[in-house]
Amino acid sequence: MGKRTPLYGEHVALGARMVDFGGWDMPVQYPSGILAEHEAVRTRAGLFDVSHMGEIECTGENALEFADHLVANDCMRLAMDQVLYTPMCYPDGGVVDDLLVYRLQDRVLLVINASNTDKDFAWVREQQDAFAGDVKVRDISSKTAQLALQGPKAQEVLQRLTAKDLGEIAFFHAAEDVEVAGKRALVSRTGYTGEDGFEVYLPAEDAVHVWREILRAGEPEGVIPCGLGARDSLRFEACLPLYGHELDDQHNPLEAGLKFFVKLAKSDFVGHAALVRVQEQGGPERRLAGFRLLERGIARQGYPLLDVQGQPVGTTTSGMPSPTLGAAIGLGFLPAALAQPGTRIAVDVRGRAVSAEVVKIPFYRRSAK
Amino acid sequence: MNTPQDLRYTEDHEWLRKDGQVGVTDFAQDQLGDVVFVELPEVGRQLKKGEAFGVVESVKSVSDLFAPVAGKVAKVNQELVDHPELINQDPYGSGWLIALEGVDADDAAGLLDAAAYLSQQEGGH
Repeated sequence: MGKRTPLYGEHVALGARMVDFGGWDMPVQYPSGILAEHEAVRTRAGLFDVSHMGEIECTGENALEFADHLVANDCMRLAMDQVLYTPMCYPDGGVVDDLLVYRLQDRVLLVINASNTDKDFAWVREQQDAFAGDVKVRDISSKTAQLALQGPKAQEVLQRLTAKDLGEIAFFHAAEDVEVAGKRALVSRTGYTGEDGFEVYLPAEDAVHVWREILRAGEPEGVIPCGLGARDSLRFEACLPLYGHELDDQHNPLEAGLKFFVKLAKSDFVGHAALVRVQEQGGPERRLAGFRLLERGIARQGYPLLDVQGQPVGTTTSGMPSPTLGAAIGLGFLPAALAQPGTRIAVDVRGRAVSAEVVKIPFYRRSAK
Repeated sequence: MNTPQDLRYTEDHEWLRKDGQVGVTDFAQDQLGDVVFVELPEVGRQLKKGEAFGVVESVKSVSDLFAPVAGKVAKVNQELVDHPELINQDPYGSGWLIALEGVDADDAAGLLDAAAYLSQQEGGH
């Protein structure tokens, strides 16, 4: 038996199919199915239990400087209650994890991937020991539940449960001590679906109440619970990387297309020297690229990518039929010369070379409001 | 879960009808989720019992299809190419996969009956 979030009983009662995800028993889909859940988020809103995500709290006078030393993005430019997305690297540039950094009133919150929580916390501890400033770190994952309400109707629905004007929370900003359905929560306008939406952090014991209240409030809009299956297909269309697929310790963030989130102008951070070297040598030799299959077939993680001569040149990191686009698409690492949109490649689908074309990413971008 | 009495079943969640038709069970389609892609064999291919003859894919997963018994592929369900969702909607009817000919009656009789298939599900899941 795996670890369970505070909402495990809700998922089972709703008829969810539970699967193991990084040691957690999580709902992969509810009876409505992945396609219906995916569509709900793109057109209305869907509610996800993401309580399996890890949270590390950094406190002390130099907490922000410490976070800035840990990660590749620039934490020092964060305003109060602002959030940033960033890779966290090893000294050789390989990725430990990707995470969100919240600058809050009296602490800095790092939100990390569930399957990496133990590894990340050990890594952060190790860095803390070597850090000269005043910082304490604490793993608060087990006490913290997290719900994500995602989709164009997310604000309208969540607004019914709170007196806080959610319109005041800008993209990648947060508000603390917001009462949601009578419970105090940290609310941020963030997400992992490519849609507008909110993530709500609250004490584990309040999760069931708030989960039920959000589903009730969203009933008129057709808000439904969504599982990890839809979360994956949604993030994939939006080309938001997933650790273990597009990111790992064998690839640096520049290869993975995260240059925007790597601030080499920063004086120092773990992995800085290695990444500067990559840039000085003309940029990464391989790059994450998106492709679309031109013939029948579906590319899956691990399927080899071939050049037009049939030689293996890379590997698929994520692939599936896109529910929104109705086409089979994929992401994978390719030599830089083959990563340009328009380039013909092929995917080895169980021994059959299926032709494909490199296309611009992200595959999906929501239309501006 | 629907499990018709007049079919034979495999532990891999496939069914065989007396006329040689083969499909996946209601339980299997439910476990797969929304089927979005089906790969089926050429007509005329000779299959051994347990041989992988095709693939069903959902948004998230790829599953091999295994011949429940030996036989020659007499027909494949071409409707599934454009409408793979038929497997979810009607797994024992319009969602059939292939039809085999030359099936040995003893081979067919050796498969699970509905009761045995159901008890295997209860025991194994």
